[in-house]
Amino acid sequence: MDKQLQQIRKDFPILNQKVNDEPLVYLDNAATSQKPNQVIDEIVRYYQNDNANTRRGVHTLGERATEEFEAARQKVQQFINAKESREIIFTKGATDSLNLVASTYGEDNIEAGDEIVISVMEHHSNLIPWQQLANRKKAVLKYIGLTADGQLDMADARKQITDKTKIVSIVHASNVLGVTNDIKQLAKIAHAHNAIMVADGAQAVPHMSVDVQDLDVDFYAFSGHKMLAPMGIGVLYGKADLLKAMSPYQYGGEMIDFVEKYQSTWTDIPWKFEAGTQNVSGAVGLSKAIDYLSGIGMENVENYEKELVSYVLPKLLEIDGLTVYGPQDADHHSGVISFNLKGLHPHDVATALDMDGVAIRAGHHCAQPLMKYLDLVATARASFYIYNNKQDADELIQAICDTKEFFKV
Amino acid sequence: MSLNGLNSLYREVILDHSEHPHHKQSLSEATNKITLKNPTCGDVINLEIKLDGDKITDIGFTGEGCTISQSSASMMTDAVLNKTTTESLEMAHIFSDMIMGKKHSQSDLDKLGDAAILSSIMQFPARIKCATLCWWALRKSLGDEDDD
Ligand SMILES: Cc1ncc(COP(=O)(O)O)c(C=O)c1O
Repeated sequence: MDKQLQQIRKDFPILNQKVNDEPLVYLDNAATSQKPNQVIDEIVRYYQNDNANTRRGVHTLGERATEEFEAARQKVQQFINAKESREIIFTKGATDSLNLVASTYGEDNIEAGDEIVISVMEHHSNLIPWQQLANRKKAVLKYIGLTADGQLDMADARKQITDKTKIVSIVHASNVLGVTNDIKQLAKIAHAHNAIMVADGAQAVPHMSVDVQDLDVDFYAFSGHKMLAPMGIGVLYGKADLLKAMSPYQYGGEMIDFVEKYQSTWTDIPWKFEAGTQNVSGAVGLSKAIDYLSGIGMENVENYEKELVSYVLPKLLEIDGLTVYGPQDADHHSGVISFNLKGLHPHDVATALDMDGVAIRAGHHCAQPLMKYLDLVATARASFYIYNNKQDADELIQAICDTKEFFKV
Repeated sequence: MSLNGLNSLYREVILDHSEHPHHKQSLSEATNKITLKNPTCGDVINLEIKLDGDKITDIGFTGEGCTISQSSASMMTDAVLNKTTTESLEMAHIFSDMIMGKKHSQSDLDKLGDAAILSSIMQFPARIKCATLCWWALRKSLGDEDDD
């Protein structure tokens, strides 16, 4: 596996550069992943050969572009094992997908006094849409808390989800705590109370095999750019029956059946939710990214990242004054590792690491309620992906030690 | 591996101010108070000022932040204490210009005291906001809201 992954690094030309005179060690993958040549070349190929607007013209290029866009939809369908390709809606990303659900299904189905249940570890994009919906409808927004080691408290989930609950929306894999939540179990609880289950898979789909039918989620959102694809393309999976009953998200070209002066009718799913010119090159790039990941095998991706975490997490924990948030054992921790150094603000840590060529994130990670819950202002975060290796992990540890020495903390 | 580049940002003076910040306390008789947040990192500054007529006769800050934001606030409080609001706002503008790389005369920079050393932050664009947060708080608390 390591050998295959040594080859992989060559596919990512961006990794081969110096930053502040040091070889780049890119550990900000939870923010966005880098793109392999295969994906970059595919986008160039699309624009050099097949570019046209979809579903409009009768000419050959228009047909090709439409075909490639729909082929990408099928690729996504197979990748997350949706029952039908019309259950795959292309969006701008996870944020757009979650807003779509809140402003269509949510707007149509939430009434005063209803409950929406999320968790304290949500990214703002799976929090604010529900918070604002609840405020608009005078509904109640409830939060599932965490256990002492930073995992979702399933006992609390059973308490918070009641017969009044209409929507449960939970992050599949956390972008801060490095935990993966039991979405399948949560969906069971939600469904037992006749609520729908929404999952934010932005940090899950890039790193593990996801089967939406097995999870039995009603909606599932993710972004292309965190899984080797370009920015600006994302996916909303929704069960066909729900999608069919929902109002459109936006109005415009290509989402209509007939438009009269004072009335219109909507076309079928998924196109009903895809108003206007679509991001075809993004979808084509996403399709290629899925090919690339499938070529490695999602199980191998998952195992390889586990191996990296088992290597780096104990080393981090050995560093005097370093706190890791979330579970402390590698078995329960993903490649997203948030930490702080005692006596030093994470911004200073990130600037210092950058001088050593090591790119990490520092801040609240778009999870201010979680920071407050953990009584933190911010954390540093190193996040790994398939092209990272043990050498990167060693560089991270070394850079942290250099930083400690420099600031005498 | 080298963190040599860091020396230009984290000068001795800056580290001193962040380790032992001046005027890091809240005031019992503040006339002007403001809380400002840096939305990109969540850092918060609470700035309190006691004005006697037009003069800043006491100043204090609390809140959490990085080395740069803490030392910047510490140096700012040193610089504006016992100055008039007009003088303080002039310093705020000089500071803001300095950090954006605009040229200023040495005598202007001298007015800033230790705070002038933060001009080195120009090389670290991601950290400029850390240094300017306290000066924004000062301007807002004195009613100067102009964008520039
Ligand atoms: C858990 C989680 N959800 C949602 C998002 C939002 O994704 P995007 O910005 O691609 O819409 C992110 C991205 O940081 C994330 O980490």
